This record gives sequence, structure tokens and C-alpha cells, in this order.
Amino acid sequence: MNDQNGNLLSVKDLRVYFAAEDGTVKAVDGINFEVKRGETLGIVGESGSGKTVANLALMKLIPTPPGKIVSGSINFNGADILKLSPAELRDLRGKRIAMIFQDPMTSLNPFMRVSKQLMEVTRLHLGHSKAEARAHAIEMLEHVGIPDAADRMDSYPHEFSGGMRQRVMIAMALSCKPELLIADEPTTALDVTIQAQILELIKELKAETGTSVILITHDLGVVAGMTDHLIVMYAGKIFEQAPTKELFARPGNPYTRGLLRSVPDPTHDTETLYQIPGQPPDLARLPPGCPFAARCERAAEICTREFPPFVELTPSHRSLCHFANEVYAESSATS
Amino acid sequence: MDPNEPQNRINEPELHVGPEYAVAERDVSELVTGEIVTGSSLWRDAWRRLLRNKLAVFGMIVVVLIALSAIAGPAIIKQTTGFTYDSIPKDTTLLKSIPPFRGPNGEFSWKHPMGTDVAGRDILARVLSGGQISLMVALIATLVSLVIGVSYGAIAGYLGGRVDDLMMRMVDVLYSLPYVIIVIVLLALLPAKTPTAQLAQLFFALGAVSWLTMARIVRGQILSLKNQEFVLAARATGVSTPKIIFRHLVPNALGPVIVYATLTIPSVMLSEAFLSFLGLGVRPPRVSWGSLAAEGAQNLAVYPWQLIFPGVTMALMLFSLNFVGDGLRDALDPQMRRD
Amino acid sequence: MLRFIIRRVVIIVPMLFIVVTITWALVRLSPGNFYTGEKKLTPAVERNLREKYGLNQPWYTQYRKLLWNIARFDFGSSLKYEGQSVNQILWRGLPVSAALGITAYLIALIFGIAMGTFAALRQNSWIDYGSMALAMLGISIPNFVLGPLLVLLFSLTLFWFPPALWNGFASRSIVLPALTLSAIYIAYIARLTRSGMLEVLRSDYIRTARAKGLSERQVVMRHALRGGLLPVVSFSGPALAFLITGTVVVEKVFALPGLGNYFINACFNRDEPLIIGIVAFIAIAVLVFNLLVDISYAFIDPRIRY
Repeated sequence: MNDQNGNLLSVKDLRVYFAAEDGTVKAVDGINFEVKRGETLGIVGESGSGKTVANLALMKLIPTPPGKIVSGSINFNGADILKLSPAELRDLRGKRIAMIFQDPMTSLNPFMRVSKQLMEVTRLHLGHSKAEARAHAIEMLEHVGIPDAADRMDSYPHEFSGGMRQRVMIAMALSCKPELLIADEPTTALDVTIQAQILELIKELKAETGTSVILITHDLGVVAGMTDHLIVMYAGKIFEQAPTKELFARPGNPYTRGLLRSVPDPTHDTETLYQIPGQPPDLARLPPGCPFAARCERAAEICTREFPPFVELTPSHRSLCHFANEVYAESSATS
Repeated sequence: MDPNEPQNRINEPELHVGPEYAVAERDVSELVTGEIVTGSSLWRDAWRRLLRNKLAVFGMIVVVLIALSAIAGPAIIKQTTGFTYDSIPKDTTLLKSIPPFRGPNGEFSWKHPMGTDVAGRDILARVLSGGQISLMVALIATLVSLVIGVSYGAIAGYLGGRVDDLMMRMVDVLYSLPYVIIVIVLLALLPAKTPTAQLAQLFFALGAVSWLTMARIVRGQILSLKNQEFVLAARATGVSTPKIIFRHLVPNALGPVIVYATLTIPSVMLSEAFLSFLGLGVRPPRVSWGSLAAEGAQNLAVYPWQLIFPGVTMALMLFSLNFVGDGLRDALDPQMRRD
Repeated sequence: MLRFIIRRVVIIVPMLFIVVTITWALVRLSPGNFYTGEKKLTPAVERNLREKYGLNQPWYTQYRKLLWNIARFDFGSSLKYEGQSVNQILWRGLPVSAALGITAYLIALIFGIAMGTFAALRQNSWIDYGSMALAMLGISIPNFVLGPLLVLLFSLTLFWFPPALWNGFASRSIVLPALTLSAIYIAYIARLTRSGMLEVLRSDYIRTARAKGLSERQVVMRHALRGGLLPVVSFSGPALAFLITGTVVVEKVFALPGLGNYFINACFNRDEPLIIGIVAFIAIAVLVFNLLVDISYAFIDPRIRY
């Protein structure tokens, strides 16, 4: 089931605020995006950009005393997640939307055997008996590439290596064949060689099952080969969104350009590595104009004064910048 | 037993978690970026945070009130009414226990707001004098435990290696002995002769029980500070080892030390009280809250006020001290490095 | 793990040795004797007494004899309670103290964990503040004040329980003493449970559990409880040592014929064999119990490897 536009997931004007000691932190401040069936969306941003909070909000996993989903709608298969009852929400989680997290060591219960953690999901959502759940779990583990699954599954998480643990998490997440998989920095805590393996695994599984994927990361190298569409977030807002190839080839936003330049290019001999100067802003005290103005090489007077418009460069490519068209033109020229 | 000892697996939580939702602290702390201020404002921040904790403030006020009453009270009472903790009335009709706010024949009277004990002594005066002793013992014993614990822990932590191993093994051994039992044996069998000697003995006995955890805490802190740059700098400029330990490392380890010391005071006070209750701590003619409670417990059925007043006062003091200690721990927590 | 256990068991012997030596030394160093009482004894009587109890031998001989006897669990006879061996007294007093201590700690565990868990689940609600305030009271009211107060209320006013009597474990006479003893432990365990649970509830794996669609009850019971209770387990070891001293006070308040009472009286009577016997017993008990707690820790947390 999709909604009218063929979207599996449709987020509109999502705002998530946190009450902190010295003011309100606007972690996510009005973002809109869609994910189509079978598509992979990448969300890229530095720490503090709001990418993780946005995705936790998708399953309403935000702690409500400090945090609050202030406004917006999250349409999944035609129903607004934010309006679901707790029971309906629990039915959704793990079964139709699944999430894997950054650090597999801390994300798995260290006191519980892996087999039990896996079996829990299918027994809860698919009504499996113990035997069925166990067989299914073995199947999933083998599927994600864990050797000797039947023997090893009764071990505890700390007895697996980092890469293995992440595979276990993926197996757990995909147990009930969810329609949407949210992967929050799945490879950040892993070795580089393992990173590639895990990403490959996600790609394969996605191809098999047709699951949509939201891949969150701060690493542009990761999204390059994996995603169909990209969103760049900064200071709680979407700064640019476009199909992946388009974004890499013709960025329309100085921030995106800066990010792209930061990825070291082994083919070019440069003396210094590029880094976007400065620090992300304090989200409790945002300046009136563009949040990136202080660090932007193109910043002009208008940038500190007025909030930039969300410019439509092509029907599928938008950028939040006063000079979006100019930046886009420059990128097109050099590509 | 030290539930106050920072245990590796526990931290006082800073985030609130509602029933339906969960998030890791990391996700939220990602968001609030800003500058980390170090240096003198560390203490000012902690102080400000402490003041925001209403329970801790309430605790501090009560502690100060009771302490002041205990310090100045006995003298004031002596001046105004002539009662001391020891004064037995000359009038033989008064040699009995009178309830609070009553006179010898049951009429209303302001003379003895807390009543008198069986020897006719004013309980208010006794409670305040007892407070003096209890407070003094608690403070000095804590000081003793502080001095021993900090030195021991700092030396062990700084020297490291086998010396550290050995020293901590000894602490482990001592920790698993029924320490208090031996202290009881000590106090029962070797009573000091003069009242001052008695008190001194008590200070050391009590301090000797609580220094162990302090040593562990300090050692832990020193271990984590030891390899930081300022130590290397001091060593490079030729500062001698004892100086490094005491002038450089110890001041930086102060946070947990202060918290633990503040929590030791009520614990020591309680120990002194029950030792006195058993007849081993403060002995007549001196009084402490514990010995007063012992007397009161004996006559509970007939003269309950003899127990209630010292008991409640002591409980109030401990209550408040614990709040202050907890508040301090919460206030210093973010800066406090837990193992 | 086996090596760990063996190592810990073996270490009991030298520890016991230290404890016994210190205790014996203290008794010997103290002025006065067990037989000094109201009457003044004639030199002849005194000499006979000393000979009977072997006190006229040089101290190192007596010490050696003591160690030898203890190795065979022979603690001798009480000096004050005529004709009763220390072992007999231990045997008699132990059930009382054990019943009291175990009941008190069980009460503390049940109520403390329950209170702490509810406080953690309803953080900053009145349940939370209320329980923690109650816990704070429990820590602040000394047991020798609480005991008599409970007696005043429940025995002397309401007549629900006997004030100072011991009718055995299964009778009502255990209620007030056990409650008094347990109060401070309920408090500590409640606080530890609360902070332990709060800590666990913040962790990533709880987030994963919720993301899997588990209900709150399932998350707490199946995932959070085990990790959250670890602090309570590590607390139990040292808690026992203090439970023992608490028993001493409570037995005095309620006049219970337990080891604590015997111990205090032995101290005041300078009853050397009894003192040493009880202290040795307590030392062994503490060490064994600490070992049991550490072993159980390994069962609860699979990451621990001895």
C-alpha cells in the first residue's frame, strides 16, 4: 500500500524540540522528505545535524520529558504514525519498520543470549512457537553470513566480533521482513574492511526483499554507492536534497560542496586536507539568518540577515540557499 | 558497605526516560554543542547547580541550624536557665522524669520544653550538649579517615605497580574483615581512662573504619589523572614525588573526595551513636545523641520523650546531611570522572 | 572459575589467623580479667583459677595452644557461662541471629527492589519522590531509635506484636526486630535499584528492545531488570558485614538470645574463648558470603570471567 504519490513513507514538516537547561534545542526544525517503495534514501550530516533525532522520531523513540515532537506528520502506508495508539505503534515497530543502530556492542543486550534476542522478535510479531522461531533465527543468521549459526547462536553478544554483531543486528531487524529499514550509522563503529562487507550485505538483502532503506551517516563515501536519493541535513534543517548522482555531480549548496571537498581524493595531489572551518551552531541559540552563514565561504550580508529560501533547481533537486542557482550553475560548469 | 562508593557500573542518571520511549544519551548530547569551560568556573557551576537542588538547600539550612544550636545552645541555656547536661536539681521533688512543657505537678510550664530525665536533668540541654559531642566526633573522625584515606590512596595510586598492588590488597583484606566487630572488641576491652582520651580513642576507632573506601576512591582518581600532561610537566621540571602527589594530583582529585567526605560524616555519626548506644562510645558523664537514645530506650514505655527528642534530632541531622551529600554528588557529577 | 573459588577459599585461612590473633591480642592486652567481679579473690583461689584455665603458662604457649585448638574447631568453654562450650553457645545463638538476619535481608530485597523499580519507571512522579524520601528516612533513622519506636507503636499501643520476646522464627516475635533491622537496607536497596534501573533504561539495548516493538512491561522484566539489579548484588556482599553489627544492636533492643547479644556480653565480661569464637565465626561467615556473592555475580553477568 502506498499513498497517492507511490510513497511508502512521507514526512511533512517534522519538528522535534528538546527542553534543555538554557533554552529549547530545535533538533529537527521543519523537514520534509519521502521514501518510495524499494528505494534507498541517504541522510547525511555532521554530528548535531539532527539526522539521528529525525529517524528516532519516525518510530516515536524520542524521550518525552526533554523531547517533544512539536508538529508534523509521518505518513507510513497511508497512516500517520504520530497519531497511532501505543498498541498500534508496537505492532509497527520491529515488524513493519525496523531499525539498526550505530554500536552493535551496546545495542545488543549483553545479558541475553543472541538466540533469545532473535527469537523474541518473531515470537512477538509472527506468533512463532519456540521451535519455529529458532529455525527462523538460524536461517536469518546464515543469511547474513554468520558461519555455524546453529552452534553459535546460543552465545552472548560479547563473544562475537564487531562485524558479526552488526550482522546479528541486521538479522534481527529483518526477521519479520519489514517494509522499511532504518540504518543509523551502521558502520561507523566498525573497521574499514568490515564496513564494506556490512554495506554490501545491506545492499544484497535489500535487493532480495525489496525493503526500503534509510541510511544515515556522516560519511559521504558510504552513501555514494548505496543510495538512490540523498538528503543533506544541517542544524535541524534539510539543506539539500537530490538524487544521489545529481548531488555528487552538481551540488547546489555551499555546505554540500564543502562536504564533498572534505572527502579526500587519492587521485589529486593536495598539500592540505580540506575541512569546513568552524563548528556547528548551538541549536538553542540559532542566529536569525542562515545557520551555516558563519562557516560559509560564500556568505554574503543577506545570509546573516535573512533565512534562505528552499530553491527548486530541478523538480527533484532542491537547495536551501540564497545563492542556490549560482552554486548550481558553477557545479554544472565544472562537472 | 559503601553504597556511596562510586561503583563502576552505576552513574547518577541525567536524562529522564518516559514509559513509552527511549533514546541513548548520545543522541541528545550530540545536539547541544557549545564550549566546555574548565578551570575555576567548574566549582562555580557546581555550586550553582547545588543551589538549584531544593532538597540539598533545605538540607544545608537544617544542618546549619542544628549545628549552630548545638554549638551555641548549651552556653545560652546555661546563661538563661542554669541548666546544663549535667545539672541535677537540688529540689528533691524534681528528681523524676517530667514530660515536655510540664512542671512537676503536671501543670503547664515553659521550663522544660523537652521534659526531664529520671535524674531531673533538662533534656533540651542534654540533647544540645549531646549534639556538640556527636558533631565533634563525626567531624574529627571524618577528618582522620580523610587524612589516612587520601594519603594512602594517593601514594598507592601514584606509585603504581607492585606497591599499589600490595597496598590495595591490604585494603581488600581489611575490607573483608568484620572490622566493626573488632572495633567493638577494642573499645570494650581497652577503655581509655580520661574522658578526653576516650574521645580520642573514639575518633581513631571510627576514622579507622571509614578510610578504606576513601583510599579506593582517591587511588582511582589518581590513576586516571596520573598520566595527564600537567604531571609530566611537573616531573620534567624536577618536582619531587611527594610534592607531585600532594600539591598537584590531590587538588585535582578533590571532587569525589569532597562528596564522599560529606557522606562519611553522617555514617560516622551513626557509628558513634550505635557504639554509644551499646555503651562503648561516649560514656557518662558526657552525653551524645547515641547515649541519650540508649537511656531513652530503657524507659520507653513510661517516658517516651526521653527517646523521641534525641532520636528525632539525630534523624533530622542525618536526613539533612544525606541530602546535602547527595546534592553535592549530583552537582559535581558531570565533572566527576567515574572510573 | 574453579581456580578463583579455590583461591578465595584458601585465603580464608590466613585471614582467620589474622582476625583471631588481633582479637586475642586485644583481649590479652586489656586490663582486668574475666574473673574479677564484686568479690576480691584470695591469692590461693586466684592461683587455682589461673592454673585451671592455663593462664599461668607463658603467653606464646597459650597462643600456640589456641591456634591448635581452633584448627580443630575447638574454641574451648565459656568463662562466664559455666560448663558451656563455646560451640554449644554458637549453636544456640546462631539460629536466632540467622533467622533475624535472613528475614530482614529478604524483606529488604523484596520491598527495596520493588520500590526502586517503580521509582525508576515513574521518574519524577510522586511515587518516585515519595519512595526516595521514604528511603532517605530509612537511612537516617538509626535502628536503635526505630526499634523502640516500633515497639512503642505496635506493641505497647496497638498490642499487635510482643515487645521483647523470642518465640522462634515462625512466630510474630520476629516481625518487629526484622523490620527494624531491614529498614536501612530497604532504603539502600531502593536507591541502588532506582539508579541502576535508570542507568540501564538509558542504554542502547533497551532502545533496541523498544524498537523491536516490545511492551514496556516486557522491556523492563525481560531486558532491564537483570542489568539494573547488578548494583544490588554487589552491594549485598559488604551489606552482610554491616547486617551483623545491626543484629548486635537489634538483639539488644529486643532482648533476643542471639549471637549479637552473646557477643556484647562476652566483650563486657572479658570472656575470651567466647569472644574469639564468635569473632572467628563471624569472620568466616563474612568471607564465605562475600565469595558466594562474587560467584553469583558471574552467573548474572555473562561478561565476567574469573
